[in-house]
Amino acid sequence: MSKPNPTDRWYSKDHEWILDRGDGTASVGITDYAQEMLTDIVYVELPPIGKKVAAGEPLAVVESVKSVSDVYSPVSGEVIGVNTALENTPELVNRDAFGEGWIARLKVADPEELKTLLNATAYDALIREEKH
Amino acid sequence: MELIFEISKSGRSAVQVPASDVPEVNIGDAIGPKYLRGDLDLPEVAEIDLVRHYTNLSRRNFGVDLGFYPLGSCTMKYNPKINENIAALPGFAGLHPNAPSEFAQGSLGLMYDMQRLLAGLFGMADFTLQPAAGAHGELTGVMMIRKYFEKRGEKRRRILIPDAAHGTNPASGALCGFETVTLRSNPEGGVDLNHLESLMTQDTAALMLTNPNTLGLFERNIEKVAAIVHGAGGLLYGDGANANAYLGKTRPGDLGFDVIQLNLHKTFSTPHGGGGPGSGPVGVAEKLVDFLPAPRVVKNGEGYSLSEDFPYTIGRVRAFYGNFTVIVKAYAYLRSLGEEGLRRATEMAVLNANYIKERLKSYFDLPYDRVCMHECVFSGNRQVAESGVHTSDIAKRLIDFGYHPPTIYFPLIVPEAIMIEPTETESKETLDAFCDAMIAIAKEAKENPQRIKDAPLSTPVGRLDEVLAARKPDVCWERS
Amino acid sequence: MDYCPHTPDDIAQMQAGIGIGNIEELFADIPQKFRLRKIPGMPASLSEQEIWALMRTQSEKNRMPRATLTGAGAYHHFIPAVVNHIVGRAEFYTAYTPYQAEISQGILQAIYEYQTMIAHLTGTEIANASMYDGASAMAEAAVLCAKISNRSKLIAARSVHPQYRRVLQTYAWANGCTLTEIPWLPSGQADKAALAAALDKETAAVIVQSPNFFGCIEDLQPLADTAHDEGAMLIAGFADATSLGLLKPAGECGADFVVGEGQSFGNPLAFGGPYLGIFAAREKYLRRIPGRLAGATVDKNGRRGFVLTLQTREQHIRREKATSNICSNEALCALAAGVYLAALGKNLGKLASLNVYKTQYLKNKLLQLRGWREIFSAPVYNEFALGCPDAGRVNEKLRGEGIVGGYELSKDYPELDQALLFCATEMLSKDDMDNIVRILN
Repeated sequence: MSKPNPTDRWYSKDHEWILDRGDGTASVGITDYAQEMLTDIVYVELPPIGKKVAAGEPLAVVESVKSVSDVYSPVSGEVIGVNTALENTPELVNRDAFGEGWIARLKVADPEELKTLLNATAYDALIREEKH
Repeated sequence: MELIFEISKSGRSAVQVPASDVPEVNIGDAIGPKYLRGDLDLPEVAEIDLVRHYTNLSRRNFGVDLGFYPLGSCTMKYNPKINENIAALPGFAGLHPNAPSEFAQGSLGLMYDMQRLLAGLFGMADFTLQPAAGAHGELTGVMMIRKYFEKRGEKRRRILIPDAAHGTNPASGALCGFETVTLRSNPEGGVDLNHLESLMTQDTAALMLTNPNTLGLFERNIEKVAAIVHGAGGLLYGDGANANAYLGKTRPGDLGFDVIQLNLHKTFSTPHGGGGPGSGPVGVAEKLVDFLPAPRVVKNGEGYSLSEDFPYTIGRVRAFYGNFTVIVKAYAYLRSLGEEGLRRATEMAVLNANYIKERLKSYFDLPYDRVCMHECVFSGNRQVAESGVHTSDIAKRLIDFGYHPPTIYFPLIVPEAIMIEPTETESKETLDAFCDAMIAIAKEAKENPQRIKDAPLSTPVGRLDEVLAARKPDVCWERS
Repeated sequence: MDYCPHTPDDIAQMQAGIGIGNIEELFADIPQKFRLRKIPGMPASLSEQEIWALMRTQSEKNRMPRATLTGAGAYHHFIPAVVNHIVGRAEFYTAYTPYQAEISQGILQAIYEYQTMIAHLTGTEIANASMYDGASAMAEAAVLCAKISNRSKLIAARSVHPQYRRVLQTYAWANGCTLTEIPWLPSGQADKAALAAALDKETAAVIVQSPNFFGCIEDLQPLADTAHDEGAMLIAGFADATSLGLLKPAGECGADFVVGEGQSFGNPLAFGGPYLGIFAAREKYLRRIPGRLAGATVDKNGRRGFVLTLQTREQHIRREKATSNICSNEALCALAAGVYLAALGKNLGKLASLNVYKTQYLKNKLLQLRGWREIFSAPVYNEFALGCPDAGRVNEKLRGEGIVGGYELSKDYPELDQALLFCATEMLSKDDMDNIVRILN
């Protein structure tokens, strides 16, 4: 059973979350539902600092033993920080996808873009649908 | 079991180096001290310990000689012993590849004849024997396609690859600078012709098609597929991984394929060697002959030699001429079977696969229920839904029954796939016993699923922690 | 002769089980017009006795040399009997890639041990389970450097094996990279100043070989430093792998990748294959390197075991984004190499020294011949290039005596006219060498 989706952030249809830090930056990670589908994560390929991404472009890569999945950037922006703890403990994504398992921090290009994403209620509905 | 390093003891050795019959020079003077290494930390073991170590390791390994090995797509047929003896003949095993052709007429003549026999068997204009394995052959084939369009001055950047294809196909395309585009399968498991038509633009160089495909199904529309590809100026590439299904029954060249790579270690019975060596000859239609890798074996009068004189060649894909003794074994196999034997092998391979399919189809889901060729693909969906037992669990349980599991989770278009390729060298009794085991496991899944999830119970180690292996990789031993 | 166990009765029962009356029904999906009636050019089948006789006759059409004086990428070494006995165990050679770890611990552990020995010999931290051969290992390393660095220029020393450079050229072209070559110095070693001039911010990798094609030992550290100064990587190859038992490993001289031909370790000459591509690297590239990797782990009871690991790098998972398309490798050749190295142990160093003694002896003897001269001044391992009055005539004379002579360098290097590359391993006796000099005198 995945953890409830926090209401303080936005969600993409590709199962990423993004948390607006209120200072023009935001943290990005994958949802608890996503980590559950991926099973044990063994490696996270983090983006280089300074990388510019457009919404929907690959931001990072998460690997389980037998699968590789792109993590897409929910919005356009520039990478200003990455969670280096994942280099040696990728299991943080499994353990705490919404917290310690965050992946990257972005400088958001256009805060309006956030509003095009799903809120927690809409995302709840999306995964309910996927499960059936 | 202990590692070879853990049984090492300083001062031991299994092999003595002969005393020098020429004056010994001072190595420091001859080479220069700055170029010399310090320690040489290799295992030090007596011959008996060495032999026991590796013999005991071999006892922890499963091969075709131990039991049924229905690993789909890999054609794990019996490896005839005589071919091992033939490859070990001093003339074949002992000759230096740089020996002048006067010394190498036996080797060169055999290679020439092998190319000729393969050309006849596959309906291609010519073959190269240079690639070292199937994937290497794919790369070679795709390179030739690229060169073909380069010479014509056409810029085609895309290669089409069906969703059911082996992973080597997209990887080979990408390694050659092509963008790979996925082609959908139709509900019958064949090529979706409409999708193909829409993708075959002026930007598309080729379709890489495995026929029969990875579902073990022959492409009924092959003539239309070839017409669509050729009609748009493209080339049809054939992945010969499944050639065991049709030798002597039809020829890729006649079906419209312009390039085909083989896997001698699959179709032509050479041993798989625990992962290799293989050999991946590539056959081409007339329009691609100029691009074959060099050197090529040429016949001049009664003799044979190697020629580099091919201006449009893609070049070399490896040093020397190919995995020669693998080619020797395959040649011996081909000549042993001959016309009648090849046809019978094909028939028995297809008969065996269909027999298994019929015997198991009421116990496991069969997503494409039609006559198959040399292999059949089931799905473990029913077992997952009924008892939470996954295909990986079924595979591990088969080990307890004394079988190597089939290929699993491939092709990707079949969920929980179980891909069974029995090959022609297995008897009805073997197939029956295997089917009985599969049926027993299907029953056990309902009655005692935990037992299957705990399998294997009979091996020196239980299920291994692959997550740990990937999170904290340990690929080289370090003295602690 | 075929290997199908089916009796007519078996076939009848199986047909009944499937619900067909005739095997031809199983081939109904093949359109009639494409059915083959006769295989063109395919002879009739042969019994085991017949195929043995045929193939033995064919093998005897090869002329077995009394001595071989050429190396140039393949090396004649003694293979201890134990190697073929182990490699000939059907549990190993009739298995395939160890996807099912529980019944493949034998090959997995053997490969893990091989990887460990290779990493040590090359002075690196990691090695993979094998590539096809030395040349393709080098080419894959070069392509990988281009991917890692996002640069597209490759620089190779012209003293790298000509066939390897040809393979590099093929792979570079296919990957949209360029290959530039740099000359050698009078010593026979790569020209560091030329390298520095050729290097730029587009250079992904510098490729050298030590011992190089001429047998000369390269001074790797300055080459590595020069490459690294421009952000390029150093790929170091080697000629005869037995040199690793004696020479300072490239990994200790700054190489990022060490690749080369491992045939010398227990694999026969076999007219060029199957051979063994050695691929070793710095640990930081672990998740990028091509090929299979055996890794240690534990089972649920804490027992040590081995699995194929980091498979997400590979084509069957990552498909078009894989680091390489390699699937089948040269596992059995790697097994032979592991057994060979474990059998020799520290004696590999002694064996390498013996190669040096023989080489020095042959070189000095040949230099006594009228008009023969050294071409390069750098120290050599077991190969060396000599100039002589008429290289073609020398080899012709030797051929007449059943001896494979030196490698004619003008084939690949027009500027090295009348020059031969010789190799002396432990397989060449003093008598052989004295006899050769007598023939040429």
